[in-house]
Amino acid sequence: MTDKQTESCTGFLCGFLALLKKPSARYSLGILLLLGFVGGIIFWGGFNWAMEMTNNETFCISCHEMRDNVYQEYKETVHYSNRTGVRATCPDCHVPKEWHYKVIRKIQATNELLHKALGSIDTREKFEAKRLKLARHVWGVMKETDSRECRNCHDYESMDFVAQGRRAVNRHSTGLEKGKTCIDCHKGIAHSLPDMHEVDPTAVVGN
Amino acid sequence: MIKPLQIALLMVLVNWMGLSQFALAEHVVSLRGHNALDNASRAPEQKHWQKDGEPIVRDYVQQPPLIPHQTTGYKINRKFNKCLTCHSWANYKEAGATKISQTHFEDRDENVLANVSARRYFCTQCHVPQVNTKPLVGNTFEPIKAISGR
Repeated sequence: MTDKQTESCTGFLCGFLALLKKPSARYSLGILLLLGFVGGIIFWGGFNWAMEMTNNETFCISCHEMRDNVYQEYKETVHYSNRTGVRATCPDCHVPKEWHYKVIRKIQATNELLHKALGSIDTREKFEAKRLKLARHVWGVMKETDSRECRNCHDYESMDFVAQGRRAVNRHSTGLEKGKTCIDCHKGIAHSLPDMHEVDPTAVVGN
Repeated sequence: MIKPLQIALLMVLVNWMGLSQFALAEHVVSLRGHNALDNASRAPEQKHWQKDGEPIVRDYVQQPPLIPHQTTGYKINRKFNKCLTCHSWANYKEAGATKISQTHFEDRDENVLANVSARRYFCTQCHVPQVNTKPLVGNTFEPIKAISGR
């Protein structure tokens, strides 16, 4: 009895599923293809549009965790304000440009939504307590990807060492050979650094 | 009781003091110069920090060495000291920087510490970057020959 009921269920969902399974005898193949094509554009475009909506500074600082902590620090740095007027915003450094890396990063970002809901860093004190851990995540990723997001703008190949300062020439030309990547030296260029006792004890007072 | 003559003398004295102050005021030039208040003052010329250069020779014994490069955005706080990422004993060789002096490892009781002393931690209290500009006040200072060789 129950089997028969599921076979010929009359609910909206069952009816819709049955319709999907049946070959169309009513609409021409051309119409179906056209609808599929238009639908594809709408859904694919919509997906990318939604992804771009979450990929700008306004979205990032719509959370007070970002706006009150890291954003304020970034505003004092060269990536926010400089003589040429070129600016790198949050996603320029924190979201990959290539599509599939970007989607992977966006999926990982759902974890950030969870912690937003949990309130993991919803006060200054909580954020400062976690700063080293969070910074290490970002440094680790940058190290793994050979500072890919930095290289979207800064490329060794396009660097004119002659035009660089005395200190920069030395370190850039030797850094390359040693297999170093941007983040190895340029930590904390866009945000304040965490307590560095564990990272470089010689660069912190006492201990 | 005050006599009329004394009152007259006092009045002359007060008057003279007022006049002398007025005379003095004529010689004082404010930073704005002789510029009416409703005129906008001229903006001072923008100074630029000197770009990276060779270490600057000291001018007298015990002079804290000057910083021969820009330090814009370099932070020094309880958690981190940007200067020491190049100038600490562990980092100076790789960075090609001058290493921090051993005197900076002593506390005020002359106990030698294992790391930079808190009282010598804030580098820019003594070490400063340079701007190439005309001195505001002229002076006749001569560097010590034994150090500068000049």
